[in-house]
Amino acid sequence: MSALADTQISVVKPTSAAVHRTNAVTRLMVPVPLTLVLLMTLDWVSAATALLALALLMPFAGLSAKQFWLRTLPVWIAAPLSGVTMLLYGRPDGTVYWEFGLAQISDGSIAIAIATMLRVLAIALPAVVLFITVDPTDLADGLAQILRLPARFVLGALAGIRMIGLFLDDWRALELARRARGVADTGRIRRFAGMALAMLVLSIRRGSKLATAMEARGFGGDIPRTWARESRLGWADAILFAIGILVSIAVVWTSVATGHWNFIFA
Amino acid sequence: MTASAVSIRDWGWRHASRLAWALEHVTLEIAAGERVLILGPSGAGKSTLLHALAGVLGGADEGDAQGVLTVDGEDPAHRRGRSGLLLQDPDSQMILARVGDDVAFGCENLGVPRDEIWARVGEALEAVGLDVPLDRSTQALSGGQKQRLALAGVLAMHPGLLLLDEPTANLDPVGVAEVRDAVGRVLDKTGATLVVIEHRVDTWLPLVDRVIVLGTGGAVIADGHPDTVLTERGAELAAAGVWVPGHPPRVALPEPLPAGEALLDTRDLLTARVRGVPVGTPVSTTVRAGEVLAITGANGAGKSTLALTLAGLLRPEGGELTATATLSRGLGAAPIAWKSTQLLQRIGTVFQDPEHQFLATTVRRELEVGPRALGLEPAEIDARVDDVLARLGLAHLERAHPFTLSGGEKRRLSVATALVSRPDILVLDEPTFGQDALTWARLVELIGALRAEGSAIITVSHDAEFVAALADRTLTLTALRPEQSDTEEAA
Repeated sequence: MSALADTQISVVKPTSAAVHRTNAVTRLMVPVPLTLVLLMTLDWVSAATALLALALLMPFAGLSAKQFWLRTLPVWIAAPLSGVTMLLYGRPDGTVYWEFGLAQISDGSIAIAIATMLRVLAIALPAVVLFITVDPTDLADGLAQILRLPARFVLGALAGIRMIGLFLDDWRALELARRARGVADTGRIRRFAGMALAMLVLSIRRGSKLATAMEARGFGGDIPRTWARESRLGWADAILFAIGILVSIAVVWTSVATGHWNFIFA
Repeated sequence: MTASAVSIRDWGWRHASRLAWALEHVTLEIAAGERVLILGPSGAGKSTLLHALAGVLGGADEGDAQGVLTVDGEDPAHRRGRSGLLLQDPDSQMILARVGDDVAFGCENLGVPRDEIWARVGEALEAVGLDVPLDRSTQALSGGQKQRLALAGVLAMHPGLLLLDEPTANLDPVGVAEVRDAVGRVLDKTGATLVVIEHRVDTWLPLVDRVIVLGTGGAVIADGHPDTVLTERGAELAAAGVWVPGHPPRVALPEPLPAGEALLDTRDLLTARVRGVPVGTPVSTTVRAGEVLAITGANGAGKSTLALTLAGLLRPEGGELTATATLSRGLGAAPIAWKSTQLLQRIGTVFQDPEHQFLATTVRRELEVGPRALGLEPAEIDARVDDVLARLGLAHLERAHPFTLSGGEKRRLSVATALVSRPDILVLDEPTFGQDALTWARLVELIGALRAEGSAIITVSHDAEFVAALADRTLTLTALRPEQSDTEEAA
């Protein structure tokens, strides 16, 4: 019953690109300043500047074009959807072009829609591009050794992530078993609830077995833990972080200089 | 590393929320370097004892302890990780995603310096004979490899005491030999003390120099050299469900009838768990009433996938799977298109893991699920349920929660849930996996009786004795080679 156990959270294989020499924690933190800046304003110039910078930096992201489009596809779908919502329900201003009940399309809502769409792209794309190359084990090493998060928490979460493949197997087996037991014809919602409960029971049992296995290997003891893989920061990390800050500054400067900065608490 | 000595005096353990002690007044001394096999019936508390020696039984909120249990004079809970515990289920023992990291995990917890960790990782992998790159995904390993990986992880901690809790129960014969031989090499190299629990004595007999037999509640029934204990107590142990060489389980089988009508036909049937990724080679065969068809083959050959496809649970990936008119009784020829309740009366399935198929809170209600789905009269439901309860020896458990049953009882209940709907075909996936000799004999006799009544049985198994005892025909699947044999065998 382990055909699906191969299903893992897939990580894009690291390449020789310089970005892959950076620490997983760095890749997690670099988009933070830019995200904060973009959340402080809602205007098309700041988001467009960020996207322009991103486009210039993409060749150095260590992703093939195919990987890029495949992994960021959800973002490209979500961004226009958020734009449409703003187009219909954004605060009306200037000429109203179309109206239906609460929905109004006006000069104001068009501007907000464009800015929102660009902002979603500018926040999500760098985070996705940097994060899909992060290996969970490397991230756990970084979180524990560099950010000094508690080892118990970090390694517990890491071991839990590894169990997702087993959960998928269990879910599939539960589905087949319900058909075999003659209860798969009706009551789809009730059956789903029943399976969710069974899944919870199985997960707890798997979890407690895993906890026993981890304890048997000395996890959670009193001895200070060592780390087999050293996680450290180097020049590559400093450079990547500097790039993140520079992009954020450029975004603020361009937006303020062109008079589009639109300070909001969003 | 030096071998550890075990001292247990008048020790006992009671799980929280239980009234009865799982183990009581256990007294045992195991000298450094001894290699001990612990035998006993299901429920004798063997696993509990092993967990206690590993120091993972938990604190006061997990249960109460009495007496004294020490390893090298210390409480095992304070020297956790210095006794290495290997468990039954390979999947729940892999902690990290890469082979090297997983072996290193225990050393990290013990505070071993980084350079020494990697030296130990290399040594441990070599000792268990696992020759794969350090960055290989742990998921990509076979069952036997996973258990050897877990053994390497234990070994890298340099334990003086090796504790094995049925480490080969879930493995195919190749995997069993791999793990046993790896343990042998490790012991020869390190001289560590060994305590192993296992139903199948012959697996470990070449390695151990002492056998301890525990009775219910942990009373020591026999203790001594393996030859002496097995000669003097062999018959008694076999009667308690232990697989003792020279004492095969006795089964009485009714004479099989000549195979009856065809029920299912396959032509070049390809099966897949994930659409577009066929496993195993195309299969052409016929399933007949009154016949046992055994599906065998190495891990990964697609045995379970084929069984679930024949059972009408997975859609065929290619080729044909046709139900004959005798089986379909007016429905379409493709079992996958039948409704769940229609399938129930025609093909019953017993899953590898019984827990996946339990739906109710008591054994009796569990058995009522199928008949209720069929809309039978209450009187008829009661009659059928009473019948299978008696037949599978579950009557005294009818009010128990299915999850609280022992391994053997769960297996019998899962078979009963299929039988109660009276299907023409019964599909079983590794029914004897990890079962003691008593449950084994009972299953063999039950399947023999069903065959004599005209049921068709399809069973996946890599249990050679089970196949030899029952199979009228054996279908051997191969994962890689393009041919597949459909050999006739005498039952």
